[in-house]
Amino acid sequence: MSTEHGLFGAKGTGDTSGYGGLVRKSHNELSAERPYGGYFDEMVDELERAYPEFNDDIERVVLDRGELTLHVKADRLFHVAQVLRDNPALRFEMCLGVNGVHYLADTDRELHCVYPLLSLTHNRRVRLEVSVPDSNPHVPSLVELWAGNNWHERETFDMFGIIFDGHPGLTRILMPDDWIGHPQRKDYPLGGIPVEYKGATVPPPSERRSYR
Amino acid sequence: MTQTDPYASSRETTEGRVYSVTGNDWDSLVTEIGATKEERVVVNMGPQHPSTHGVLRLILELEGETVTEARAGIGYLHTGIEKNAEYRTWTQGTTFVTRMDYLSPIFNETAYCLGVEKLLGVTNDIPERATVIRVLMMEFNRISSHMVALGTGALELGALTPMLFAFREREKVLDIFEMASGLRMNMAYIRPGGVAQDLPEGALEKIRETVKELRHNFKDNAKLLIGNSIWLKRTQGVGYLDLAGCITLGITGPILRATGLPWDLRKSDPYCGYEDYDFDVITNDGCDVYGRFLIKMEELEQSLRIIEQCVVKLEKLEGAPVVLDDKKIGSPADLKVGPDGMGNSEEHIAHIMGQSMEALIHHFKISTEGFRVPAGQVYQAIESPKGEVGVHLVSDGGTHPYRLHFREPSFNNLQSLSAMCEGSMIADVVAAVASIDPVMGGVDR
Repeated sequence: MSTEHGLFGAKGTGDTSGYGGLVRKSHNELSAERPYGGYFDEMVDELERAYPEFNDDIERVVLDRGELTLHVKADRLFHVAQVLRDNPALRFEMCLGVNGVHYLADTDRELHCVYPLLSLTHNRRVRLEVSVPDSNPHVPSLVELWAGNNWHERETFDMFGIIFDGHPGLTRILMPDDWIGHPQRKDYPLGGIPVEYKGATVPPPSERRSYR
Repeated sequence: MTQTDPYASSRETTEGRVYSVTGNDWDSLVTEIGATKEERVVVNMGPQHPSTHGVLRLILELEGETVTEARAGIGYLHTGIEKNAEYRTWTQGTTFVTRMDYLSPIFNETAYCLGVEKLLGVTNDIPERATVIRVLMMEFNRISSHMVALGTGALELGALTPMLFAFREREKVLDIFEMASGLRMNMAYIRPGGVAQDLPEGALEKIRETVKELRHNFKDNAKLLIGNSIWLKRTQGVGYLDLAGCITLGITGPILRATGLPWDLRKSDPYCGYEDYDFDVITNDGCDVYGRFLIKMEELEQSLRIIEQCVVKLEKLEGAPVVLDDKKIGSPADLKVGPDGMGNSEEHIAHIMGQSMEALIHHFKISTEGFRVPAGQVYQAIESPKGEVGVHLVSDGGTHPYRLHFREPSFNNLQSLSAMCEGSMIADVVAAVASIDPVMGGVDR
């Protein structure tokens, strides 16, 4: 029998009744087959035409809940994005930023970057997703293509430690400059730092029992 | 008379001489700086400054009165809302996101709830009455948000009266929020599956009266500012940003529409049944602060038009459900507004405490653990008063969001500050910031 120290509490989901009763499946395994429906087929056709290395550089096309995601190889992101922006048939003039997601269990591709693109010309949306290993978290910066990504990339760096190569000034934006760690990573506890009070140490909130 | 201020001092650093300014020491400061040969001065405006819309820090490099470089320093109001929400249930998420852009809480809530509903695959099952109430509340919120933008913007440029009028109008809107949800700000009124509670009795009558009153009152500010020569001089041609600039910077909302592009998600990508409402997308060709101001003024009337159409729809939907017919997702529902805001449902309490043990167990499980959301990710965007507010939700199939991220229009639009202000006078920086309408709660989250 194992011995446990510290705060007690339920492990895992905390669901002892089976009431939740839903099998978890990582959405990263999904992959969509043609036809995708809507404007997606036409758009992907155009991209295949405009970007001959499509089959090599786009790892997966995922269609989920009416939204299309192109999983791009991290080192080819800039080229794919440039074609998406500049090709008249695609014309995704707007990038609505970047968001990081930390999939702890996704070995060697722990850190994901998600870019929602918007075409004003064609009124279409598509999502780009890249994944990089935690040990080498380098993603090419898209600031040269969309100047507005500047702050979004800084935020993603701040929160996840993803390094955007080619960014004009990749510094922290929300956390203080001398902060240690990247708060939105899943291995970073909520509240961040244990608090010492009268010699006793109170762990971060996420390690207390109600959250476990 | 030269005043000396004990808190104002100067010291030598590696970056040059640094002066602390507190407001009473202008004479001594001017004398001291005047004695140096350096023309270039770097000014930290904020994070505590009356005209920077909250804790925004502007770092301005000046040559005389001309701004040569402008940068925004943000993060002073970072509260980790996105991280916190990962440790709360999907229902509780509403109470967190409502606090992001605290001047447009209903938009944050609606974007979030539409995202959750998309993940659940119940988008088409949301009762019509709930959707109409959402639209009604959003449009009221658009008015209250624009009122703060206009009022504080005018105040910062030295016009006090428009601010008083604007806050008078905003008060009327907050009364509607209070009537519906019990709260004036951060209502957490929109819930996954519908809304927290139905409108109370007599609500439509009060809304009709308020619309009439607002329409009448809006004229006061219009008379004061539209065409006012001082206002024109402070705003026309100021904070210029054209279409190309907007697109590369990802700018949406009134700033984008002020370049003449009629881009409004309510028309281009309708949600919540906006395709069924009759309203116009307001544009302007000015690309400047005045253009953005005019757009906001005219959008007020468009919002009133939508609200009137909502009232007509709600009359027909009297008594219809306002939350999804799914006890798990729709809970807690049928709450009554209490004296201190959100109240309880007495019938529900009587049921779980007095009649059914199983109901109590379910109540306990739903309240503590919450409902599960199938794994996947969605991006849901809606048109907030400031532009596209987009929510990126990732679920791992659990009862909490795996990742919740808001693409806040304030955060994104604030980047345009440098493009708008560099080369302009320092006084125009204030006008430009006011026209961007950043809310730091949304910027820093």
